[in-house]
Amino acid sequence: MSGHRREGFVLATATGIVGITFGVLADAAGLTPPQVIVMSALVFTGASQLAAVSVVASGGSEGAAVGSALLLAARNALYGPVVARLLPASWLPKAASAQFVIDETTAMATIQDNDADAADAFWWTAIWLWTLWNAGSILGVWLGAVIGEPEVWGLDAAFPAAFVALLAPHLRHQPGRVAAFGGAALAVVATPIAPAGVPLLVAVFAVVPGWVVSTRGATEAAT
Amino acid sequence: MSWTSIVVLVVGAYGCKAFGVLGFGKITDGTAARFEPFTALIPAALFAALIAVQTMAGDETLVVDARFAGVAAGAVAVWRRAPFIVVIVVAMIVTAAVRWQTWL
Repeated sequence: MSGHRREGFVLATATGIVGITFGVLADAAGLTPPQVIVMSALVFTGASQLAAVSVVASGGSEGAAVGSALLLAARNALYGPVVARLLPASWLPKAASAQFVIDETTAMATIQDNDADAADAFWWTAIWLWTLWNAGSILGVWLGAVIGEPEVWGLDAAFPAAFVALLAPHLRHQPGRVAAFGGAALAVVATPIAPAGVPLLVAVFAVVPGWVVSTRGATEAAT
Repeated sequence: MSWTSIVVLVVGAYGCKAFGVLGFGKITDGTAARFEPFTALIPAALFAALIAVQTMAGDETLVVDARFAGVAAGAVAVWRRAPFIVVIVVAMIVTAAVRWQTWL
């Protein structure tokens, strides 16, 4: 197995364990097993699913649950422009591929050296992720009370730590460092004042200072 | 949750993804190259934001807790060029250990 396929599998395994957390929480929030299965198979964006069942579990309205979930899903629209050229060119396969454009697949695709590897990483991560996310969700519904509090196992640190590894290659050049620092800063500032999901949308504006730095670098190289 | 809410979620979540892929596809011919310097930086900005939020977001506030220690340990592992799985396991172990410590 080549490097990016193995890493895609590792990432999917970590996400699948988070899927167990989702299954446990969804079951506790009163979702039926078919609802959990439909959600994981078709919504297929973890943070949104977790937000929806958390809101319901804490007694919030269904409207609030759907609203916060969709705010978190909105960031996936920003990944489209990044990975679009790696997806099939014809309309219908491209539309079907969109279902798999999420944090993990975009991350694995964008740290490859060339487009062929990027597309390969995207699809292998998508396949493993979809399989293990759904398996984890169903397992969570079954195991339910046996697992208890998922936090005990440090599961909530697995995802952000994985993304530190996936962010690292983007920090090799200065525009990437500027965009990353700016994105984190904007998200941190927005978190206490905006609903969940919005800080991630605000963070995209950090590409502007990153771009300014890259043009300046290009000008210096030219002179 | 009602099935209506779940259907709205399915349609809405897919709509976001499809808007990014297909909406951008429409302007791909010719103008995509002009946006390339921006789109190339989207992952750096969003993943850094994602890490910050998932590490520190509490209930409408910022908190520094066991997660922070775990992710910091994971970052050290990345810096020392540890394999991907080691990064994840280190972060989980440190987070669980710090939590266990504070519960004693």
